[in-house]
Amino acid sequence: MSALDKKLLRDMVRLWAQALAIALVMASGVTTLILAVGAYRSLEETRSAYYERYRFADVFATAKRAPEFVERQILEISGVAAAEARIQEFALLDIEGMEQPATGLAMSLPDYRELRLNRIYLRKGRLPDPGRVDEVTINEAFATAHNFELGAKFHAILNGYKRPLTVVGIALSPEFIYSIGPGDLIPDDRRFADLWMSEKAMAAMFDLDGAFNSVSLKLLRGANQAEVIKQLDDILERYGGTGAYGRKDQPSHAFIDAELKQLKSMAQVIPPIFLLVSAFLINITLTRLIALEREQIGLLKALGYRRLTIAVHYMKLIVFIAAVGIVIGVVAGTWLGQGLTRLYADFFHFPFLIFKRGMDIYAIAAGISLATALLGGLRSIYTALTLPPAVAMSPPLPTHYAHLGIEKLQLIRHLSQLTIMAIRHIIRWPVRSALTVLGIAMSGALLITALFSLDSIEFMIDTIYFQADRQDATVNFTHEQPRKVLQEVEHLPGVLRVEPYRSVAVRLRHGHYNRKLAIVGRPPGADLSRILDRDNRPVELPQSGLLLSERVAKLLHVSRGDMVDVEILDDSRGQGSLDATSIGTRRSTRRLPVAGIIQSYLGLAVYMDLLALNEMLDEAPVVSGVHIAIDKSRTGELFKAIKGLPAVSAIALQDASLAKFRETLATNLTIMTTVYVVLSVIIAFGVVYNSARIQLSERVREFASLRVLGFTKGEVSHVLLLELAILVAAAIPLAFVIGYGFAWATVQGFESDLYSLPFIIKSNTYAISALVVLAAATVSALIVRRRIDQLDMIKALKTRE
Amino acid sequence: MAQSRKKSHAKTSPDVMFKVEGVTKVYHTGELDIHALSGVDLTLYEGELAVLLGPSGSGKSTLLNILGGLDVATDGHAWFRENEITRLTESELTSYRRDHVGFVFQFYNLIPSLSARENVALVTEISKNPMKPEEALGLVGLDHRLDHFPAQMSGGEQQRVAIARAIAKRPEVLLCDEPTGALDSKTGVHVLEALTSVNEELGTTTAVITHNMAIADIAHRVFHFGDGRITKTYANKKRVAPDKVQW
Ligand SMILES: Nc1ncnc2c1ncn2[C@@H]1O[C@H](COP(=O)(O)OP(=O)(O)OP(=O)(O)O)[C@@H](O)[C@H]1O
Ligand SMILES: [Mg+2]
Repeated sequence: MSALDKKLLRDMVRLWAQALAIALVMASGVTTLILAVGAYRSLEETRSAYYERYRFADVFATAKRAPEFVERQILEISGVAAAEARIQEFALLDIEGMEQPATGLAMSLPDYRELRLNRIYLRKGRLPDPGRVDEVTINEAFATAHNFELGAKFHAILNGYKRPLTVVGIALSPEFIYSIGPGDLIPDDRRFADLWMSEKAMAAMFDLDGAFNSVSLKLLRGANQAEVIKQLDDILERYGGTGAYGRKDQPSHAFIDAELKQLKSMAQVIPPIFLLVSAFLINITLTRLIALEREQIGLLKALGYRRLTIAVHYMKLIVFIAAVGIVIGVVAGTWLGQGLTRLYADFFHFPFLIFKRGMDIYAIAAGISLATALLGGLRSIYTALTLPPAVAMSPPLPTHYAHLGIEKLQLIRHLSQLTIMAIRHIIRWPVRSALTVLGIAMSGALLITALFSLDSIEFMIDTIYFQADRQDATVNFTHEQPRKVLQEVEHLPGVLRVEPYRSVAVRLRHGHYNRKLAIVGRPPGADLSRILDRDNRPVELPQSGLLLSERVAKLLHVSRGDMVDVEILDDSRGQGSLDATSIGTRRSTRRLPVAGIIQSYLGLAVYMDLLALNEMLDEAPVVSGVHIAIDKSRTGELFKAIKGLPAVSAIALQDASLAKFRETLATNLTIMTTVYVVLSVIIAFGVVYNSARIQLSERVREFASLRVLGFTKGEVSHVLLLELAILVAAAIPLAFVIGYGFAWATVQGFESDLYSLPFIIKSNTYAISALVVLAAATVSALIVRRRIDQLDMIKALKTRE
Repeated sequence: MAQSRKKSHAKTSPDVMFKVEGVTKVYHTGELDIHALSGVDLTLYEGELAVLLGPSGSGKSTLLNILGGLDVATDGHAWFRENEITRLTESELTSYRRDHVGFVFQFYNLIPSLSARENVALVTEISKNPMKPEEALGLVGLDHRLDHFPAQMSGGEQQRVAIARAIAKRPEVLLCDEPTGALDSKTGVHVLEALTSVNEELGTTTAVITHNMAIADIAHRVFHFGDGRITKTYANKKRVAPDKVQW
């Protein structure tokens, strides 16, 4: 090994703590990059492979009842490659040992051919035999939640008849990677099932012989999806079509999209923060090292070492630090990536997982980190190269300190000389001080970004469960029911109050913006389930006009007072009208004013008065479901009674839903918060430790002299600690500001058609972030302080500079 | 003069090692220009041991730095043998230093993180025909301190390591800027002995800056500096051995 490399090695050993602190910051960047990009790619790749192999459809539509020949009409739409029609109905499930009824979506499987689209992956067993009304294949998650093996039995209420079903197969489907029950906030695999049954059996059960009520289409490459949807809607209109939609509105697909979007924004925001901070740390550390080694550099030049050799010498140092950071980052990133993917496996149902862990992402992460690191060192290396050998031989001039400019103030006279030393040092290096402050602030900001989501979600939970949807349970019907069903529900045991609602599929248009969604009609004075305005105060529904959630208003570019066109997709009058020859009956469209903008964190909410809605639809009043208040001591009886109601497709209990919501969040948020806290501590520690070490090295003679003059160890450390304290104190408010910004950006990045997050940061979050930063800073400062205590006065004064 | 040259032909026509003609050096520092050198002429012969004397700020170091290729002259010419060093580019100067010049500085300038042996190896690794680091350290009487770090050695020992480092590549010239400045007389004698023995045994042309008039007695020739010029030059009739120098 050359003498120069030996010097490098010993420098590394001497600087190991600083180097490690920097390497850890860099490692955090690498980790988060590999984690986010790796998870993004794995998820994306797995999903698209699954879609590809199991032929996930592009367009979906439901109808009331469409005769078989309509399928051929659909196939003639230009751009359609394949179609798969089926029967699908919701069913209440009665499972032994579970008091509460579960809900299943029963779907028909063609009896004598394979599925053309949305093929299912059979994990175990087989598909139901043709015509068997008592055989069912169920989704894997539901089976796991109930410990169902092949041969397990449960009951389902199918079109009013309670039937025993035997599990003959366990399967997964690309339609239900994310499988959520009607009215639920979060998947609950115990309470929601996908059921596949024989087509012949289902047709018989639901009186749909020779007909279907659901169709999926695969489009040709380059087909115009909007045009296909329009034509499909036209065809299905008279069969009770409720409006076709593309993948973007398919719930499972949309949820994964939302997750992918978040991973992407994580990959774009978090790693750069770490890499920039590590570049800064390398910059200050190397600048200091080169200042310390001025004479050594001059000497090397005097001895005839070439500039390139010297540059390479210092670059090796950077490369070494970066290499340590990259190795730690790669290991941690891979390990955490597996953890995250495992988490996904719990949350998303895939038959297989493709770990997309291409070498390229490692290469990119390593390349970017190394480049940032070298960039951080560029300036100081350049300084080293331009040092003329002769100048390097003469001792450096004493550091020039500026007057504070505030000396005239009375106040300053009261400060001790030691305090003034600390302040002058900060002012002497304004850029470095500012960047140190920024670095520490980043740590606090990251924490705020992590912790605020707890505040937001708590707020969202309070709003949804305790301010808006205050009902104890929601009962959904398989199909719209006449209003008299209300009395029936009211008379169920334990029911205290009922409030009906009616949901209608529509397409809202404003200018060239349009969106398919559901209008929910509610009775005036509804008190169980309330609508909240943007300040979360309950609002009364206006007698006419629509209340739109902020998200919908944004999508349609409307504000209060604008008119929107309401195209009614879900027209129950169309039901059964079989004069199929009169093609081209235009769907009815109304023009309604936007009466107000309201708050809603879930879905695309649009409300209107129930009476006005019924009037608009020009039909006998019907309801889609009811919100109920119940006597919680009688839920057992209630459930039993509901299991006997043929019209009911699902009952969602607010308590259970909230519990499940919290349970899911608890796992996810705990992991996330832990990761963020660790990352923030690494940054805070790295920045404070490095700047303290550099300060110490710059002032070691000064400190030694002070000790010689008779100052105590405590007084001397005071100078160093005070400077750090001032920097940290300045960083904390900045952290609040940056954290506020990050949190705001996170809320924006989170927003989708499925949910949006309220922007709430509690003072606790600020306080905790400040405390964590303070603690990390204090610990690192104290470590450096110990070095002052052990200061060897003689040695420090003997060495030059 | 030049009694102890190794090369026999030297007596008749000693080779010129350095030739300096009208070299000036001006430092521009804010308000006023500092004329560190204002027209220096000088010739140094091969194998010669020269001492440069003069008050502080008279330009000794500046000249030495220019001769050694550490600094560039503002005006004038300087030759190393037939090469004009005042015309060399930055990278040519680097090669010049690497191949021909050995430096010894007042503050030793050892690399603190390298041992004595390694500090010397720093040079031998990049030279064409070096001695072994151990050999160079032997020449300055430090064979027993090979693996000591600078912090573990006295000032005189450190300075001798610096000399060993300078001579290890068998340079043609050895430039020493106050090599004994930081030392007491006893250690100073050790250092001077090391310098004279290198000069005698290897025939290395040596220039030594000092503030100590007594040291001038060990030289073949003495140059007096004053105000950026050479004010007086003389050859010693009788050279004194280092251990006889009094200060
Ligand atoms: N980098 C520089 N910038 C400005 N002036 C300089 C610089 N280096 C040297 N000088 C000035 O040039 C003059 C000559 O300096 P030089 O170092 O050659 O003196 P010296 O004879 O070696 O003095 P000493 O015996 O104190 O080492 C002095 O006035 C000095 O202040
Ligand atoms: Mg000098």
